[in-house]
Amino acid sequence: MNLVSVEEALEQFDPVIGLEVHVELNTQTKMFSPAPNPAASLEDYAPNTAISPVCLGLPGSLPVVNHDAVRSSIALGLALGCEIAPSSRFARKNYFYPDLAKNYQISQYDEPIAHDGQVEVELDDQTLWTVEIERAHMEEDAGKLTHVGGQTGRIQGAEYSLVDYNRAGVPLVEIVTRPIVGSGEKAPQLARAYVQTIRDIVLGLGVSQARMERGNLRCDANVSLMPKGSDTFGTRSETKNVNSFRSIERAVIYEIRRQATLLRDGKTIVQETRHWHEDTGKTSPGRPKSDADDYRYFPEPDLLPVTPDPEWVESIRAELPEAPVTRRRRLREAWQLADTDFQALINADLLTVVEQTVAAGCSPASAKKWWLGELSRMANEQGVPAESLATPEQVADLESEVVAGTVNDKLAREVLLGIVAGEGSAAEVIAARGLAVVSDDGALIAAIDEALAAQPDVLDKIRDGKVQAAGAIIGQVMKSMGGGADAQRVRELILERAQG
Amino acid sequence: MSELHRLSAVDLQGLLASREVSAREVTDAFLARIDQVDGAVHSFLHVNQAARDTADAIDQKRQAGEDLPATAGLPLAVKDVLCTMDMPTTSGSRILEGWVPPYDATVVKKYREAGMVALGKTNMDEFAMGSSTEHSGYGPTKNPWDLERVPGGSGGGSAAAVSAFEAPLALGSDTGGSIRQPAALTGTVGMKPTYGGVSRYGVIALASSLDQVGPVARTVVDTALLHDVIAGYDRHDSTSIPDPWPSMAEAALAASASPNLKGLKIGRVVQLDTDGFQPGVRQRFTQMLELAEQHGAEIVDIEAPHFDYAVAAYYLILPAEASSNLAKYDSVRFGMRVTPESGQVTVEDVMAATREAGFGDEVKRRIILGTYALSAGYYDAYYGSAQQVRTLIQRDFQKAFESVDVLLTPSAPTTAFRLGEQLDDPLAMYANDLTTIPANLAGVPGLSLPAGLAPEDGLPVGVQVMAPAFQDRRLYEVGAALEALVRERDGSHVSELVPEPGANRAGAQA
Repeated sequence: MNLVSVEEALEQFDPVIGLEVHVELNTQTKMFSPAPNPAASLEDYAPNTAISPVCLGLPGSLPVVNHDAVRSSIALGLALGCEIAPSSRFARKNYFYPDLAKNYQISQYDEPIAHDGQVEVELDDQTLWTVEIERAHMEEDAGKLTHVGGQTGRIQGAEYSLVDYNRAGVPLVEIVTRPIVGSGEKAPQLARAYVQTIRDIVLGLGVSQARMERGNLRCDANVSLMPKGSDTFGTRSETKNVNSFRSIERAVIYEIRRQATLLRDGKTIVQETRHWHEDTGKTSPGRPKSDADDYRYFPEPDLLPVTPDPEWVESIRAELPEAPVTRRRRLREAWQLADTDFQALINADLLTVVEQTVAAGCSPASAKKWWLGELSRMANEQGVPAESLATPEQVADLESEVVAGTVNDKLAREVLLGIVAGEGSAAEVIAARGLAVVSDDGALIAAIDEALAAQPDVLDKIRDGKVQAAGAIIGQVMKSMGGGADAQRVRELILERAQG
Repeated sequence: MSELHRLSAVDLQGLLASREVSAREVTDAFLARIDQVDGAVHSFLHVNQAARDTADAIDQKRQAGEDLPATAGLPLAVKDVLCTMDMPTTSGSRILEGWVPPYDATVVKKYREAGMVALGKTNMDEFAMGSSTEHSGYGPTKNPWDLERVPGGSGGGSAAAVSAFEAPLALGSDTGGSIRQPAALTGTVGMKPTYGGVSRYGVIALASSLDQVGPVARTVVDTALLHDVIAGYDRHDSTSIPDPWPSMAEAALAASASPNLKGLKIGRVVQLDTDGFQPGVRQRFTQMLELAEQHGAEIVDIEAPHFDYAVAAYYLILPAEASSNLAKYDSVRFGMRVTPESGQVTVEDVMAATREAGFGDEVKRRIILGTYALSAGYYDAYYGSAQQVRTLIQRDFQKAFESVDVLLTPSAPTTAFRLGEQLDDPLAMYANDLTTIPANLAGVPGLSLPAGLAPEDGLPVGVQVMAPAFQDRRLYEVGAALEALVRERDGSHVSELVPEPGANRAGAQA
C-alpha cells in the first residue's frame, strides 16, 4: 500500500499525540522487595538471580513499599511540575501472563502520587512547547519472556518460553501526558524532544540510569488524527516498543501517514496496540485494545496508602536541580557556540559531558571539538557511548597540553588514543609514547638542513617570493621527526635560513 | 509421666524449666499420642519427624546452662497455611502438594526463636475456605467429641489437635472465624488478634484485609502464652502494627487466679442472640451472661444494626481479594502443573488445566464470585457496597464500645454438625460464621472460649468476647475470668470432658 506523504496528511489532519513514558528507577532494591534492583546499574545479572520470594510471588510473600522509590517518584513528580498527593494508593491490576509473577501488577490506579504538571520542551529551532502532564504514578515492572524455537523469536510458533524474573518488581514511574493538540507538523519532533526532556530531567535528578537501549526509559506513543477544523479526537493507536529517540519521531510520522491513508481510503482506525519495528520503520498491529479490557482493579489490601510528610516533600523540592530548558539556555549563553554545534551536542547527548569538561578547565569550543569530533567518531566505531571512552578531566588535561604547546593537534589525537587505551593521563601518554613536539631549534635545524640538501632549489624559490615552496621542506621535516615537530617553528626557521 | 500430653502448656513449661521432664520426653509423648489417635481424627497433614532433633537440641542447650526462652521445649501444631522451610506447606490444597517454601513465615521464625518444637502441619479447608475442614484437598478432620461430626473450619486441624491432646498449643488463621468457630465446636479456646497484631508475612493469603494469625489452646492462659510468642511488629508486613504489646499471659494468669468482673460492662448484641441459634447454644450463652452478672458485670443490650449485612458483605470482599490472591497458582513457578495432552498447547491451556485439576469446588466457587464482583460495571454495586457496609459495621462497633467494655456473643450458631450435612449447601455453611465475621470486617480482636455443653447433644458450646482494636489484653482478662468462673460452677473445664476418640461422650443423646 502506498502511504500518503506526511505533508499531504498534515494538510488534511491535525495530529493529536499522547505519550506514556516508563522510567525504571535506580534504587538499590526493588519496588516492593529487598531483592537487588538490576536497573540500579549497568551490570547484567544472570537470569533469575536478582529475585526474592516477593518477586516470584511465592505464596505468603508480601510487598513492602520502597522508601527510596517513593522519594525518587516525588522528586520526579515535582520536577514535572506536578502536585504531590497527600495520600495516594496502590491498586492491583489483574491479568494472567507468565512474566507477571502474581498474575496481578501492583500499580497506582485512581490515586497517583503526582498529578497535573507541565514540562517545557525545547524544539530544534529553540521554540518552547509546554506539555501538560496528567499524572505520574508508581508501579512495578514485569519479568522478561524469551521465546525459544520458531523463526521469529515471537510467541507464535515458539516451542517454549523462558522467564527471567530479574526485572519483576523493578520500580517504575509511568508519566502520562494529556493529549497534545495543535503541534501540527512539529508533532513527531515534539514527541522525540519531550522524551529527551524527560530523560534529561531524570538524569538531572539522578533517579534512573535512563538508558533507552537498556529499557530504563520506554515510550509508548498514542497517535490519532482529527480533520482540520474539527475538535473531536479520532480513534488512537498506541505504539509500543519504541526504544530510541529517533524511533519515536519516526514512529509518530509513520502512524500519521498510515492513519491518513486509511482515512483517505474511507476506512476506520482500529483502537489497538501496535508494535514498532526499527528495521522496517513500520508499526504492526498487536492485540486489539478496547475499553472492554477488564483488569478488575481494586485497592491493594497488602499496602497502606502512601502519605508523605509535607515537610519531606518540601525538602525534596528544595533540592531539585534546574530544569533542562533553563539549563540549555544557560549553557547556550555561556558557551557561545554556533547554533548548529550546540544542537549537535544536544542530539548526540553530549551536553553534560561537555559541561563537565568545561568545568575541568577546557574551553567550550575545544571541549565541543573533542567530544563531537574524535571521541564521537571512535565511539561510533566501537559502538559504545563517547562518555565511556574518556573522562571529562582527561579531555581537559589533553587540551591544556595543546594550549601549552606540548603537543600539536595531530599529536594530540595520538595522545587521545593512548588515553582511550587506558595508558593514563595526557602527560603520562606523552611521556610514555614520546609524543611531545620538538621545540629544540638545533634538532629542527639539523632536520631542515638535511631536507634542504635533498632539494637545494627550494631556498631560491623562497627568495623569489614563492614562500609556499617551504611546504615541501616542512613536510619532509615533519616526516623525519615522526610528526613530532612544531610546524609553525619549522616554517619560521626555513624562512630565516632563506633570508640568511 | 504417661499423661504428659494431657497437661497444659503452662504446666509443661514449669516441668521443662525445672528439668523434671526433658523437651525430648514431651515431644515423644505428643508424637506417640498423634500416632495413637490421628488415624481416627486426622488433625495432621504432616507429622514432623525432625521434632525429636529440635527437642534434643533444646535439651542440650538447657544442659549446657544456656539461657533459654520460657517457652523452650514446648510443642505446638502449625496450621498448614503458614510457610515452613522444614515442612511441606499446602494450605490444604492439592495445587501445592509437596511444596516446601524457601522461607519461613515470620510467626514460624518467632516460634523457632522461642525454642518451640513443631509437631507438624494441621489440616484445613483448602486455602482456608470453609467452616468444616471438609473442603481440605486431603480429606476431612473429625471432631474428637464425635468422629462423625466436623471440627469446624477452616482451622479444624489445629482445633482438633488441641482438643484430642495431640498438641498443647496450635497456630491458626482467622479470616471470618477460622480460629474461633472450630474452637467453639471442639470445646477449646481460640483467639483472633487485632488486625495487624500478628505478622501475615509467610501466611498463605486468603483475603489480605481480613486474615489474621492467632493462637489455639485448651485454656485461655495457654492461648495467651502463645499469643505473646507470635505478636509484634514485622517490617515485612506493611499492615503490621508498630506499637509494642503488653503481655497477654500475665493478664490471663492474674485474671485466672482471681477472677473479678466488677464494674465490667458487657454488651449483648441484640442482632446476634436470636431464634436462629440452636437452643442449647443460646442457653449456654445466656447462662454465661448470668454468670458474669452474678460476679459483678453489668449487661447492656447493644444494637448493631449493620451486623445483619456482615455475612453478605464478607462474601463479596473475601472472594474479591481471594480471586486475586489465588491468581498466582498458575503452575509457572511452583506447585502442580497439568499439561493437556491434545496437540498444540499454550501457556493459558496449561494454567487452565492446572487450576481445573488443582483447585476444589469451593475454591473455584469463590474465585468465580470474586472475579464477578470486581468486574467493570459490577464493582460499585458489589465490592464498593460491601466496603461501605464494612465501614458501617466498624461504626456499629465504635458506637457499642462507647458504652461497653466488651461484647459477648455465641461463637457459632450451632454445635458441631455432621460430616456432609452442609457440604452441598454453601449458604448454610457460610452462616456458621455469622457471629465471628463482624470482628474481621472491623479488625477488632475476638476470643472464643467454652461455655459448657449443649444439653440436647452433649457437644461443646463456645462464647465469643470482642473488644476494641488494640485491646487484646482485655479479652484475655475477661476470658480467663469467665473460664475460671465456669470451672468453679461446673467443677471442670469443658476441654477435659472430651471422650477418647471413638468412645461415646457423656450426655450424648441417641
